[in-house]
Amino acid sequence: MKVEAKILLGLGLFFGLMCAVYWNWSLENAGGVMMFAAMLLGFLPGSYYYWWSRRMKQRPEDNPQATQTQGAGVVGAFPGSSIFPFVMGMGAFFVVLALVFGIWLLVPGLGLVVWALLGGTAEGRRGGQH
Amino acid sequence: MPTPALPPQGAPDRSRRWRRVRRAAALPLAALVLSGCTVPGFGASAGVTESSKSAFHLWQGFSIGAVIIGALVVVLMIYAMLRYRRKGDHIPVQHQYHLPLEVIYTVVPILIVFGLFAATLVVENKATANPQTNVVVNVNAFQWGWQFLYPGTHALVYGQTTQSPTMEIPVNTNVHINLTSTDVIHGFYVHAFNFSRYALPGVVNQFTIRAQSTGTFFGQCTQLCGLYHSLMFFQVKVVSASDYAKWIASFNNPADIAAAAAALKTTNAELASGVASKNTYTKFGR
Amino acid sequence: MTDVLDPPVHVEPHDGGHEEHHGPTGILNWLTTTDHKVIGLSYTVTAVIMLVIGGLFAEIIRGQLATPNGTLVSLAQYNELFTMHGSVMIYLFAGPFAFGALANIIVPIQIGAPDMAFPRLNALSYWLYLTGAITMLSGFFTAGGAANFGWVGYAPLSNSLNTPGAGADLWIGGLLLTGFSAIFTGVNLVATIFYLRAPGMTMFRMPIFTWNMLVTAILILLAFPVLTAGLIMLYADRHFGTHIYSVAGGGVPVLWQHIFWFWGHPEVYILALPFFGMVTEIIAVFSRKPVFGYKGMIFATLTIAALSLGVWAHHMFTTGVVLLPFFSIMSLLIAVPTGIKMFNWIGTMWRGQIWFSTAMLMAIGFLFTFLIGGLTGIYLASPPLDFFTHDTYFVVAHFHSVVMALVLAGMAGLYYWGPKITGYLLNEKIGKAQFWFLFIGSQVFTIPLYILGLQGMPRRMAVYPHDPQWKMLNDLSTLGAVLIGLSTVLFVVNVVVSWKKYPAGDNPWDAHTLEWFTTSPPPHHNFYRLPQIRSERPTWDHNHPEHRALHHGEHEPAHENAGAKQ
Ligand code: HEM
Ligand SMILES: [Cu+2]
Ligand SMILES: [Cu+2]
Repeated sequence: MKVEAKILLGLGLFFGLMCAVYWNWSLENAGGVMMFAAMLLGFLPGSYYYWWSRRMKQRPEDNPQATQTQGAGVVGAFPGSSIFPFVMGMGAFFVVLALVFGIWLLVPGLGLVVWALLGGTAEGRRGGQH
Repeated sequence: MPTPALPPQGAPDRSRRWRRVRRAAALPLAALVLSGCTVPGFGASAGVTESSKSAFHLWQGFSIGAVIIGALVVVLMIYAMLRYRRKGDHIPVQHQYHLPLEVIYTVVPILIVFGLFAATLVVENKATANPQTNVVVNVNAFQWGWQFLYPGTHALVYGQTTQSPTMEIPVNTNVHINLTSTDVIHGFYVHAFNFSRYALPGVVNQFTIRAQSTGTFFGQCTQLCGLYHSLMFFQVKVVSASDYAKWIASFNNPADIAAAAAALKTTNAELASGVASKNTYTKFGR
Repeated sequence: MTDVLDPPVHVEPHDGGHEEHHGPTGILNWLTTTDHKVIGLSYTVTAVIMLVIGGLFAEIIRGQLATPNGTLVSLAQYNELFTMHGSVMIYLFAGPFAFGALANIIVPIQIGAPDMAFPRLNALSYWLYLTGAITMLSGFFTAGGAANFGWVGYAPLSNSLNTPGAGADLWIGGLLLTGFSAIFTGVNLVATIFYLRAPGMTMFRMPIFTWNMLVTAILILLAFPVLTAGLIMLYADRHFGTHIYSVAGGGVPVLWQHIFWFWGHPEVYILALPFFGMVTEIIAVFSRKPVFGYKGMIFATLTIAALSLGVWAHHMFTTGVVLLPFFSIMSLLIAVPTGIKMFNWIGTMWRGQIWFSTAMLMAIGFLFTFLIGGLTGIYLASPPLDFFTHDTYFVVAHFHSVVMALVLAGMAGLYYWGPKITGYLLNEKIGKAQFWFLFIGSQVFTIPLYILGLQGMPRRMAVYPHDPQWKMLNDLSTLGAVLIGLSTVLFVVNVVVSWKKYPAGDNPWDAHTLEWFTTSPPPHHNFYRLPQIRSERPTWDHNHPEHRALHHGEHEPAHENAGAKQ
């Protein structure tokens, strides 16, 4: 986890430096703000990972000498199939079409999105279909 | 951010070394740039203004560098491909690192890059310099044509698409251009000047051109501006100082004067409504 | 070998093993799948269709430009065509092909993961991509036609005053959908790479392709939200009466350019890095050597990513309102890590045993074409040179050298990994013919454009009546475009001809990485067993334990005759 954290922190540091140089030199706000946000995007997850990396014990994937047996066990739930991504996608499609062709399309759009959210969550609780 | 204190003699030492490095990188390039007249143009042309020529020389310098580096890489690649074609089933030695080599092809490009940057700065400062001048043209781009207004005189030229309005300027004189747009973004581009600049609504872009030979040069809008963008032409006619004075004086009938006055007023009103005064968007680089 | 672990190591909560997956079949299977390989395959097919559509637009463009006063299409249609050509190629082909198609399939397998971290989110990404593509392209069927303000949609040309009509809104809507699709894929890739690596697969043992995809994903997360925000503001300007980008109400048109290119330049590397990764793997495998300077390669990738966020305004040098020196030096500096990569690729081939398969030929075609595109890019980083090449065909030629190199690399990827995904090889003879058409076509297409640009031909011109002497170079370029078109036909022919004809086996190329350790195609959840991972080439180490990679100054152990065994 250390390497992951350091990559993000390093990027954040670099963006921070670049932001300072650029903003002070150009006085141009749009780019300054965007670079500042980029810096945060490096620092926020980066420091979170770093914090964790000091608290957790070494994971097998971080151990250069790990054997495959160390990885045995449950990795996570990987649902084999689910209709809800498709439902959600269609919902988003209609929402976007509502931007173009009329507000009424939000009705089917948001309907599908809500259905997918509820259905997907319930499915997730069950651990997914296989 | 506080910088760690350097040993007293450290700082000058380092900066001197740095300057030496910069000079070492810049020298061959400068030599190439100076000898520009005898080297090929690599597709570009020198143009007719002072800055078009220095841009052209910079172009030649960059091209020589590109050709050398490109040739080196191509030779290495072709050599590797011919020499190390698969000849059997044996497995080659599995070398993976060669640190000195890697350092070399990291450091040398950095030096080249700083050389290119130094040369760029020199030419760039020339191209964007704005010396004081007494010939001023307000160029106003619109869909799909150009308006050239000569403040302080009654001269006004405008035309749409292939009518190609003509902007006249005197030779060997610094001509100050105030460029803006009334609607969308357009691009003011004259090939013979090796130069282009956006005409932005709400912003007055200023630059100076100094044409060194007379003639008529073709110009065209280069930034997509809608339906007739492909046909948004204009000309720049560079004439002698006396011809220029005659041309300006020819705008003397009452209709011309009224048109120029009206145009000046609308342009000023448009500019006043824009954000030209917001210095965050216009102030740097000069 | 003793270091192979059998039985399976990834135990799932419900089926507890690797029996074949029993889900719905047929169309319902396609709609409900969450298997990264099936989703990746859908992505691949969709993206290749987009390449063909975008290519057809390009052929019409080149047809129109074959004569100075072309009448194949009208001025209005021409604007729609190059806008949609650029949009389809960038938004719907190159990006999704890289991070939706190949990364989706290959990355989990390369790191020994059973699937992407969030399989359902992954499926959602695909549906957003597909609907986004449909949304954007459906502009052609509306009364006002498709979007016509260029793929960059500069304000104020893109506001409701200058471009009313549904086509523009559909363009925005399509970009919102594909933008979210990209963001979700980015999240998924980062989570997968951070959390689902196999034991022993430390970060510095990940294949370069996976590394590049990680960096690409981080760039996606940094850049795409900016574009999405910019598009929402553009939509608000168009429909809610705001004046964010219009001077009339106190807005700033250039703000759109800042936002667009703050996304747009990193996007260039979001497009390019995955293809760099593919080429790196392919060159190493077909030279039978490890990637030369593996760590330097990773360092170069990270440097490119870091710098790429600080160079956006090199697309705005001629606006006159950006800080020229800052953007100039940052852009020039990107040449350094890119050069490192170039030399590392050559170093990988050096003293190798180069096998010129179709995949390798395509990768070498990439090297040459990308070299041209990269060198001409250096000019554009210098403001005085950009002043006279900006918005001319020189720029069009520059980025087409780059994107045609990416197409070559993408084809290399398909020839290399296609057998892993489908279980069948493609025909090498047709493949090599395709390579020559594509490679020669790319050069014949781009090189005249460089010259035209330097002679002053601006881009986005439907006609050039003032300069009929440009016809000859334009015709040459059109010929190149036709050759490229033929190469695509050959590709389709190859797929049809080799359909299920040449079984690939698990590891037809004697390749290095984990995906070649499993079957072709891999089983549901990818692996029955995994080898011990002790370097970034676990499959190679497993197959050639006596030929591990050497460090600088290290010598091959005394087994010179061991090679004979292989
Ligand atoms: C079949 C090969 C291709 C041909 C013949 C081709 C041809 C062209 C031409 C002639 C233009 C300039 C149109 C104009 O400015 O008037 C253009 C623009 C463009 N092309 Fe391509 N192209 C090809 C492949 C690609 C690929 C693979 C990509 C990206 C992955 C791409 C991205 C673009 C973009 C972004 C533009 C700019 C559009 C704009 O100006 O808004 N092209 N193409
Ligand atoms: Cu225009
Ligand atoms: Cu860029």
